[in-house]
Amino acid sequence: MSENAKVRAIVATDCGSTTTKAILIKLVDGEYRLIVRGEAPTTVEAPFEDVTRGVLNAIREVEELSGHEVLDGEKIIHPNDGERGVDLYLSTSSAGGGLQMMVAGVVMSMTAESAERAALGAGAIVMDALASNDGRLAHEKIERIRHLRPDMILLSGGIDGGTITHVVELGQVISAADPKPRLGIGYNLPIIYAGNTDARGEVENLLGDKTALEMVDNLRPVLERENLGPARDKIHDLFMEHVMAQAPGYNKLMGWTDAPIMPTPGAVGSIIETIAKRQDIEVVGVDIGGATTDVFSVFQDTFNRTVSANLGMSYSVSNVLAEAGIENVMRWVPFELPELGVRNRIKNKMIRPTTVPQALDDLKLEQAIAREALRLAFEQHKSFAVGLKGVQQERTISDAFSQSASGETLVNMMDLDLLVGSGGVLSHAPRRQQAAMMLVDGFLPEGITRLAVDSIFMMPQLGVLAEVHEKAATEVFEKDCLIHLGTLVAPVGTAQEGKPCIKLEATFPDGTAIDEDIPFGEMKVYPLGVGETVGIKITPARGFDAGAGQGKVLEATLGGGVVGVVVDTRGRPFVLPTDEQQRVAKLDKWAKAFDAYPVA
Amino acid sequence: MAHAYTPGLRVAELTVLRKERRLPIKGEVLVAKGDVVTSDTVVARTHLPGNVQLVNVASKLGLPPEDLPTVMVKKEGDAIEKGEPIATTKGFFGLFKSNVPSPCDGSLENISTVTGQVILREPPTPIQIDAYVDGQVVEVMEEEGVAIETVGTFIQGIFGVGGERTGEIKVAVANAGEVLDASRFDDSMKDQIVIGGSHVTWDGLQKAMQVGAAGVVVGGFDDPDLKRLLGKDLGVAITGHEDVTTTLVLTEGFGEIAMAHGTFDLLKKREGRKASVNGATQIRAGVIRPEIVIPIVEERDKLQEEAVGEATGLEIGSSIRVIREPYFGRLGEVTQLPNELQKMESESMVRVLEVRFEDGSEALLPRANVEMIEH
Repeated sequence: MSENAKVRAIVATDCGSTTTKAILIKLVDGEYRLIVRGEAPTTVEAPFEDVTRGVLNAIREVEELSGHEVLDGEKIIHPNDGERGVDLYLSTSSAGGGLQMMVAGVVMSMTAESAERAALGAGAIVMDALASNDGRLAHEKIERIRHLRPDMILLSGGIDGGTITHVVELGQVISAADPKPRLGIGYNLPIIYAGNTDARGEVENLLGDKTALEMVDNLRPVLERENLGPARDKIHDLFMEHVMAQAPGYNKLMGWTDAPIMPTPGAVGSIIETIAKRQDIEVVGVDIGGATTDVFSVFQDTFNRTVSANLGMSYSVSNVLAEAGIENVMRWVPFELPELGVRNRIKNKMIRPTTVPQALDDLKLEQAIAREALRLAFEQHKSFAVGLKGVQQERTISDAFSQSASGETLVNMMDLDLLVGSGGVLSHAPRRQQAAMMLVDGFLPEGITRLAVDSIFMMPQLGVLAEVHEKAATEVFEKDCLIHLGTLVAPVGTAQEGKPCIKLEATFPDGTAIDEDIPFGEMKVYPLGVGETVGIKITPARGFDAGAGQGKVLEATLGGGVVGVVVDTRGRPFVLPTDEQQRVAKLDKWAKAFDAYPVA
Repeated sequence: MAHAYTPGLRVAELTVLRKERRLPIKGEVLVAKGDVVTSDTVVARTHLPGNVQLVNVASKLGLPPEDLPTVMVKKEGDAIEKGEPIATTKGFFGLFKSNVPSPCDGSLENISTVTGQVILREPPTPIQIDAYVDGQVVEVMEEEGVAIETVGTFIQGIFGVGGERTGEIKVAVANAGEVLDASRFDDSMKDQIVIGGSHVTWDGLQKAMQVGAAGVVVGGFDDPDLKRLLGKDLGVAITGHEDVTTTLVLTEGFGEIAMAHGTFDLLKKREGRKASVNGATQIRAGVIRPEIVIPIVEERDKLQEEAVGEATGLEIGSSIRVIREPYFGRLGEVTQLPNELQKMESESMVRVLEVRFEDGSEALLPRANVEMIEH
């Protein structure tokens, strides 16, 4: 029997910047299931300054709720003896602002971008990407490094065997900046060199003495291929050794866990990648938090992650307004509100981030902001999740008619199979319909797309678990993690309001048969429960594409959920009416179709 | 169960305060433990490494980088002056020599035969930090800084703009609900910290800057005015380094909202005393709130031992302020703390409390939407 097969009970925690969340997983009738979840305030900051206090409190809540004893005083009982204790204890962390990095590469669209991808994939926030051709003068780059004080720098550049001049120049810039880490005054800043192997000697001379320099394989050994694994792994190692070790209580926590502590977003990426691979699907995941919004995607077997560091619903809520513009936020609000009032309300939320909407109008305003935060974060993601640039493509004569440049976005909304949302505003929306609407409006999926939310946000814990026990992680993910909202049908194309868009034919499990022409500009919701499916025939009108091509009939099996089958004929690209009255009427009508809000 | 509490901003009439004053990099501490200091006493100083200039000498002289050592007239570590040649070609029989002059004063840090670049470092920039508050040095952190202790009134605000300043407290309104407009300011308020009521108008703040007020402390301010003040929409609440001549501290929030009576009365009581203010605010990862410190060292004897321990939770009878619509800014007293989650108008299921407002009306509110008023 393998070690993993003996695992009967698992506790995993995620130490967030405000809350520490613990989950208990147990082997029940041969499969792994979530038993309970507990939470407690994170205790990284004064007066506690010891992360393990929050961890113990969260685990104690798990004990109280489940009746399963995990702790003996302040010690985790290990292993499980059939009644008490756990076989695995794991943790992720984003406390203290997470991992903040700078990356550098020779060409912005090539090695610098690959370096950024490696850092983001490892779960870091990339504060800035420097490149030889980024248009900044050397002294400006130096100033920037000194000012930002990152936790770590990833330096790359040049293909193996190529010229070393440019990457050495970047090394000189970093050396001249003599960067100091953000936390702690007495240790050297970790720098990972993942560039042209021929330049290692020069880089060692420049940075070896004044920084904690580590060398790994080139992350772009040839133009045609990225090799991000070694750099990503090294980032995780150094995150543990240097950054986490500076945070209060982490040394103790590291001694408790059965696998290295992972940065929270890195762990979420890991579970999404695992699921996409196992189910062979294209996935987009989003976690909209108080301070940041993370977007993860797997398209064409390529995993990408972006962090919109200043898009969020509390600490960063004001920045959503600044970046989107007040008009874009207000276009989703189905009533009139003077600008001064909106601005002051949003700022008050920023300075007191833990408040919750009590009034219905306040909730609607908050969900309007969420739509814009999701839209902006996804736009950033699309422009980053691209094919490798600088690669010469071999073309046959047939390609000449459909030429595409290298570096095009990998995100194809028509191919997207599953859209998963998480984070307070989505997971804790009073009605699930509201979460479905925010996801549809924020991402504008095309064709047929399943929608889900991670209601209690356990993807981080499952991500770190996937690293050591994939079976347990995927079983819990499939059975307990996602709340299926349903399936969206959204044909691509536009027409005048009320003109034909699609015809639907289906017989639902409860016997209801539909044979309906749905005109352009509508939202319709058909109930279809969790675990139920329906075979549907979609006939698009001329100029519309539901996934099989323009005007082509599509037959598909759709999955249900707590919302059902959602049909969105508002068109892609989607445009809201500019006339105030029409806009408000439309928003009200669509919300009513979803039964999204209580009727006053 | 996890212990949940609603911390408020601190307002203390008389307390012991400790302020750490640290250099950004190691340097020299200029005071000793036990020294009595005033806010402007320089307590530590250091030199920030100078700016760096990169000069590609090889390309300027049209040489391959590996030939750089043959033309350099300055070595690594040498002092340099602006205009002085750092490299010279041999020329043609001593003629037609080409020079590369130094673009700055400083020292030569590095010569690279790989890139052909020479790195020059400008002279270091001296920086010093002062004590910020009147008090006594109670700890010296070797080469890093000091801790200053003082006794006095301490008031935390919710949001601020602008850095550390000192001045005399001047109350410019009759009560906590009055608006601070331009008519309240006059030239006598130069270098003073002006206390307002519920709001400072744009014109009011402009006038404060015009007369040279050191600070303005007030209940609320409008966001569009903040945008005008900063020249941009403030996205993330990290402030303190703005280029403003008057530090602004909001005690309550955005909009028009009366300053809490306790805060106002305390500031009024301290009118005429010297205070230190700092608008620096950071709401994420290591919260920093703006503050007003009014040292009253002579009242040290009156100091009572402060209760130490965890912040107490909300109790029946606790004074609270509502911090979100629809009752934003209203003050009241907790009358009930039901245990069960309850449904709000928004249908959010939340833990609630019942409150009686100052006018006698009552309401049910999410606990997350109130703030305790601590004294």
